[in-house]
Amino acid sequence: MKLSGAEILWECLVREGVEVVFGIPGGANMPIYDAMLKYPVHHVLVRHEQGAAHMADGYARASGKVGVALATSGPGATNLVTGIAAAMMDSSPVVFITGQVAAHLIGGDAFQETDVTGITLPITKHNYLITRADEIARAVREAFYIARTGRPGPVLIDICKNAQIEKTEFVYPEKIELPGYKPPRTAPKKDLIKAAQMIKESKRPLILAGHGLLISRAYREMQELAHRAHIPVAMTLLGIGSMPASDPLNLGMMGMHGEAYCNLAIQNADLLIALGMRFDDRVTGNLKTYAPHAKKIHVEIDPSEVHKNVVVDLPLVGDLKAVLTDLLPYVEEARHDEWFAQINEWRADTDERDIIYWPDDGKLYTAHVIRSIWEATNGQATITTGVGQHQMWAAQYYRFEEPYRFITSGGAGAMGFGVPAALGVWFTDKSRDVWVIDGDGSFQMTQAELATIVQEGASIKIAIMNNHFLGMVRQWQEFFFESRYSATYLSGPDFVKLGEAYGIPARRITKPEEVMDALRFANQTPGPVLLDFWVEQEEAVYPMVPSGADLHNMIRRPKRQQVASAQATS
Amino acid sequence: MQHTLIAIVENKPGVLNRVASLFRRRNFNIESLNVGHTDRKDISRMTIVINSEEADARRVEANLYKLVNVLDVHDVTNQPAVIRDLALIKVKAGIDQRAEIANLASIFRGRIVDVAAESVIVEITGTEDKIESLVELLRPFGILEMVRTGQVAMLRGGYEPVRHTPGAGSNGFHPEEELEVD
Repeated sequence: MKLSGAEILWECLVREGVEVVFGIPGGANMPIYDAMLKYPVHHVLVRHEQGAAHMADGYARASGKVGVALATSGPGATNLVTGIAAAMMDSSPVVFITGQVAAHLIGGDAFQETDVTGITLPITKHNYLITRADEIARAVREAFYIARTGRPGPVLIDICKNAQIEKTEFVYPEKIELPGYKPPRTAPKKDLIKAAQMIKESKRPLILAGHGLLISRAYREMQELAHRAHIPVAMTLLGIGSMPASDPLNLGMMGMHGEAYCNLAIQNADLLIALGMRFDDRVTGNLKTYAPHAKKIHVEIDPSEVHKNVVVDLPLVGDLKAVLTDLLPYVEEARHDEWFAQINEWRADTDERDIIYWPDDGKLYTAHVIRSIWEATNGQATITTGVGQHQMWAAQYYRFEEPYRFITSGGAGAMGFGVPAALGVWFTDKSRDVWVIDGDGSFQMTQAELATIVQEGASIKIAIMNNHFLGMVRQWQEFFFESRYSATYLSGPDFVKLGEAYGIPARRITKPEEVMDALRFANQTPGPVLLDFWVEQEEAVYPMVPSGADLHNMIRRPKRQQVASAQATS
Repeated sequence: MQHTLIAIVENKPGVLNRVASLFRRRNFNIESLNVGHTDRKDISRMTIVINSEEADARRVEANLYKLVNVLDVHDVTNQPAVIRDLALIKVKAGIDQRAEIANLASIFRGRIVDVAAESVIVEITGTEDKIESLVELLRPFGILEMVRTGQVAMLRGGYEPVRHTPGAGSNGFHPEEELEVD
């Protein structure tokens, strides 16, 4: 049967199991939108293509399925770019489908023509420029396969308008032929035995749990490894959820704003078992002084990540689930009580400094608000965030017991991620309790998607940690630029009125005693709710490893009595 | 030091751009890059020479391997390989100089491929060193223009189409064991 290119696209998307797509129609993708009406796919009309990209990304991270975003040519496609880069940095499987001007116009600077495959070359895993209808089926089939296998990532298909309109015989390519694309499977047996031996010989081992554990669905195998060999687990920002927060082996988050005892454990370990993480500068600090006593095993599916930042002693290149499954039979039971005693000593000092144990002093601290959200949601919510202080506090104070519940932009650090990502998460399961913990700066970058949330009737609770600052930049200015607050103060707007303008019930909270009541209001109100928490303006995230500093040289939160006496003398 | 890599790539539009873009994105410096057809219409072959540390060469290899259109990558540095470069050198030459230039060229197994009233073009094939030596000898006559293809390389002996996984086997960290991926 002959079908138009646009119909072939939808035939293929339906076969890939696509149920929802996020996008905006425009001149160069109208045939795609016209054909869409005949297919059982729900379309979410976003207000800006960046929103579509983050939604598809959030959907992919929360479900493991491939997210799909649509945009037209030119500005439609370029508006996706931030979202594509965010998906690339965090290995999120998203297929982007953009319209392009007709093939015969390419190169002539036609209206809304942009070299989208050129622009997205370095921020996609792969991309396609389609000039004929008969190329579409194979490209879509390959794109989904490439996006979700190996180290996942975004794939873009740029489809010329003529290819959308032309009719051709539709043949679904059952078989995928990609001779240049063979993701590694598992590591050689000899290396697995060597790894088990290194674990056995170690006195102070430490697992570094990364995003790969969630992507590969290998977190249970990691937990099994940790428990069998009695190894503490430190998580990267995106590895959060791979180990339940309540597990006694869990040391929490590592890195720039990681727990002090966690970073000290890294610096004192004699063996690091890095699982699906890439030694980003935000987790290593100064590479020259990073984990100086540790041998390093690196399990990683992407060979270009091995020895990239940290030269390791034993790379195990392969899929984490396969490698850990193959490794476990060689791993012996062990105890490392002395090592844990040492870590617990460091932990006691951290607890003493922790703001969460501060008694109510009448001030509204973000950390306390997030802890209250954790309580009000029984620790069961899926949290999306923007980027900045609130993101770090959410990572520190919302205790995640399950994987795929903390959805945040790590590598790219894309502000504005929270609200659209939350809508993507909601579409994976509409019974899910979805909360956005956002900053007032991040929120304003994509706040237009409030309209999308309302149009979709999505039950998403948005909590803005409003300090009237670009808080993280302000913190850096305080610490490293002698408190010269250059361009970090944000005056508004009135988020309660803004919420109401969109038809979203909203409340402002300025005092600690109002918090629980507001959270009850959010829980009891069906549909979206917006809460505007006016938190302490000049709070800082602790501990902090200054950019490029040694991981053990953290700026620590002053202890409570030190703060009190400093206030008394001033 | 210089590293010579061979990349077997699909002959599709944009593949050269993908490779070149990768070098720019990862901040690697290309000394020379040669692309040409192979005996198969759908497959092209690139010879890439980079000036870098050993670790960077491994990174280049691993990153090339990640490109979907790249079928295979070999680092032929320190391997028994035939490595050749071709140069065309236009030298200022009146009647009195032609014989001497032809003489020099023939010592290097080069030859004169064009003669004009005031110049000749010398063609030479060989390793980089050999070409450099001839260029230095011709320089006193006055070099008017010069073009080089950049290196092309081929391993000596039989061809083994084994796909390597850099980082697991072929990256020099575990040279004795290579992971075959089907």
